[in-house]
Amino acid sequence: MRKALLSLLLAPALLAQVRPEDLVRARQTPDNWLTYSGSYDSQRYSALNQITPGNAKNLQMRWAFQVKSLEKFEATPLVVDGRMYLTQAPNDVLALDAATGRVFWHYSYEASPKARLCCGIVNRGLAILGDTLFMGAIDGRLIAIDAYNGKPVWSTNVNGADPATGYSITMAPLVVKDKVIIGTGGGEYGIRGFIAAFDAKTGVEAWRFYTIPGPGEPGHDTWAGDSWKHGGASVWVTGSYDPDLNLTYWGIGNPGPDYNADGRAGDNLYSDSVVALDADTGKLKWHFQFTPHDVFDYDSVQIPVLADIAWQGRTRKAMLWANRNGFFYVLDRTNGEFLLGKPFEKVTWATSLDSKGRPILAPGAAPTTEGTRIYPGVQGATNWYSPSFSPRTGLFYIPTWVGYYSTFTKYDLTYEPGQRFTGGTPRSVVPGVRGVGYVNTRKEEDGSGAIRAIDPQTGERKWEFKFTDVTDSGILTTASDVLFTGSRDGSFYALDAKTGTELWRAAVGGQVVAGPMTYRVGGKQYIAIAAGSTMFAFALPD
Amino acid sequence: MLRTYSLILLAVALAAGQGHDYTQADVDAGSRLYSNNCSGCHGVDGNTMQGANLSRGTFRRATNDEELSRIIINGLPGTPMPPSAFKPEQTMQIVAFLRAFPAIRARQTSSGDAARGKAIFEGKGSCLDCHRVSGRGGRLGPDLSDIGELRRPADIEQSLIDPGAVIVPQNRVVTVTMRDGKTVRGRLLNQDTQSIQIVGPGEKPVSIVRAEIRSVTDEKSSMPSAKDKLDARELADVVSYLATLKGLQ
Repeated sequence: MRKALLSLLLAPALLAQVRPEDLVRARQTPDNWLTYSGSYDSQRYSALNQITPGNAKNLQMRWAFQVKSLEKFEATPLVVDGRMYLTQAPNDVLALDAATGRVFWHYSYEASPKARLCCGIVNRGLAILGDTLFMGAIDGRLIAIDAYNGKPVWSTNVNGADPATGYSITMAPLVVKDKVIIGTGGGEYGIRGFIAAFDAKTGVEAWRFYTIPGPGEPGHDTWAGDSWKHGGASVWVTGSYDPDLNLTYWGIGNPGPDYNADGRAGDNLYSDSVVALDADTGKLKWHFQFTPHDVFDYDSVQIPVLADIAWQGRTRKAMLWANRNGFFYVLDRTNGEFLLGKPFEKVTWATSLDSKGRPILAPGAAPTTEGTRIYPGVQGATNWYSPSFSPRTGLFYIPTWVGYYSTFTKYDLTYEPGQRFTGGTPRSVVPGVRGVGYVNTRKEEDGSGAIRAIDPQTGERKWEFKFTDVTDSGILTTASDVLFTGSRDGSFYALDAKTGTELWRAAVGGQVVAGPMTYRVGGKQYIAIAAGSTMFAFALPD
Repeated sequence: MLRTYSLILLAVALAAGQGHDYTQADVDAGSRLYSNNCSGCHGVDGNTMQGANLSRGTFRRATNDEELSRIIINGLPGTPMPPSAFKPEQTMQIVAFLRAFPAIRARQTSSGDAARGKAIFEGKGSCLDCHRVSGRGGRLGPDLSDIGELRRPADIEQSLIDPGAVIVPQNRVVTVTMRDGKTVRGRLLNQDTQSIQIVGPGEKPVSIVRAEIRSVTDEKSSMPSAKDKLDARELADVVSYLATLKGLQ
């Protein structure tokens, strides 16, 4: 009897174990949110359907959790069996009751003060396997944390480098089978990028793929001279995984120096590319480069969205990609074949794409000492903000910067460890998210924002929901055809995913710089979103 | 040449006044570092970040050069200011440039008489009808209490001669036409996807819901040009006066 009682008490805790097959089947268990994007295909689509276009107007705030960090709040939490795991910048982890927002435990990692980050001392979230959480830290460490009590289990320096040289981690890791996969940031500091996998139990490195090929490797000759040593090609947004193909897909960042390419003649592989790696070995299966020899900081760090879609009479294993460079792409994810490419926003750096998807450059489109105006501007037509694909509507949803431009200048520089290695200064009327104040008096022609719904079959826009300001928010869609997204001007929306009609809106009072997610506890569907310095959870009334 | 020379003297003298003996070479090197690394956020004139005006040579969070260097190296947690990896010499050069910033801006100071300019501004120019300085005057136009911090004399002069030529986003004047045909005209204070905020009737800030709005159109500045009202010397005097307005110190 006593034994039975004990096992009863232990039973809920044991549910927190997340097995590799649970991650594969995440779509079928929508009460939980087990990865950064919710499922390995990174559609940020949930099968939950309690909140509908008909009742969304009744949504209420159920709880709010205020973090103590004033940094940008870019995290998507995980939810496992009613427990939410959340990061607070720079590297705190909090376990909350997902139904109430009450704290179970708090872990604070004190990162090295030598860490160098170009664009905010931030963290985007966690990965989980078994009863262990995994977090990348701004000083380049990967830390395993006990999900029951918040105690660190192991920690490793994934970069093998001094954080003062600019190697850093801001992304949520991806767990595949028994490995934790993560990349490195630092593209503005002359790092050499990579993706690496670590044994989830021990933290021992299993494989490493350099995003810039070394001497003797294919693609090395796409970098002039020694430029490959400090060519950037960072990885700072979580990848995707196709269990059937056993391929993991990652978007790669810009080449460095960002704006002065005089010393790096060539295509600069695999910067601004998507790479498909064998999940067991890290071996490259294929790559597709969106922006060869980039001079505008068009990182391809978008989330690789995997979707099986009807394509000219048959189902294809596709990859949908709205790139920072302004083009929307459809690729075959089995082999990287280019299927479709079309601008989804104003583009002046290229005139079009050729039959292989390679951009045809516009004459004179390069940074100069005096400055050259280019669309899209340095933050791109979209950026790292999670898009969404709904298999129900068949539409791909893109957070879009509309009519936005920068004037790109360049200057000469040499590499110095830990120094910014950009070689230019883009100037825009619209500030990057770190410079946002409380007031916006800009004109629409200087840049605005929108959620755009694209038909992947044609690249044509089906609908658009406009914002006065640009948007840094991700998108969530659900099986009841409701789309959730936020705005820089402090609102959180439910839209009809079929038409773009506004269903509901909440004033969250702070800029949304994160992707929404959803989960269910006690039979109730919640929508969670970080805004300003607060995590909000919304649900229907009891 | 003479102007450049006076600038050097002024910059070095000012830097020396802070207890450090910076050379013009330090200031020049700091200027390049600033331009390449800092101006993206802080602006060419050091005044584009709210609450962090770098152009006046004094700093809210640093009373001496060591504190200033520390902020440059470590950043300011909880603000957009990131840490950096400048070498000590480079940090010193940036500090030298920041200390010289007011002197560099001052090189363009108009040759007018600020006291006479004040009299013209408040009298013949009737500028206080619309503009406010240190708590006196109208609120329809931009408050000019710190215009000498925010704008270079050449920009001030251009705005006096041709007020509509360059209107910074903060000073946009719009006419809002409501669905019922009524109009409200005023300086734009803020906007979002749902509403706009303007200086409405009686100089009061008002908020208008976009659902009630038919259109929002930009207006030319309603400010008359000073060129028909003031001669060249009077204009220089007013520019000199406005350049002295540094806000509440």
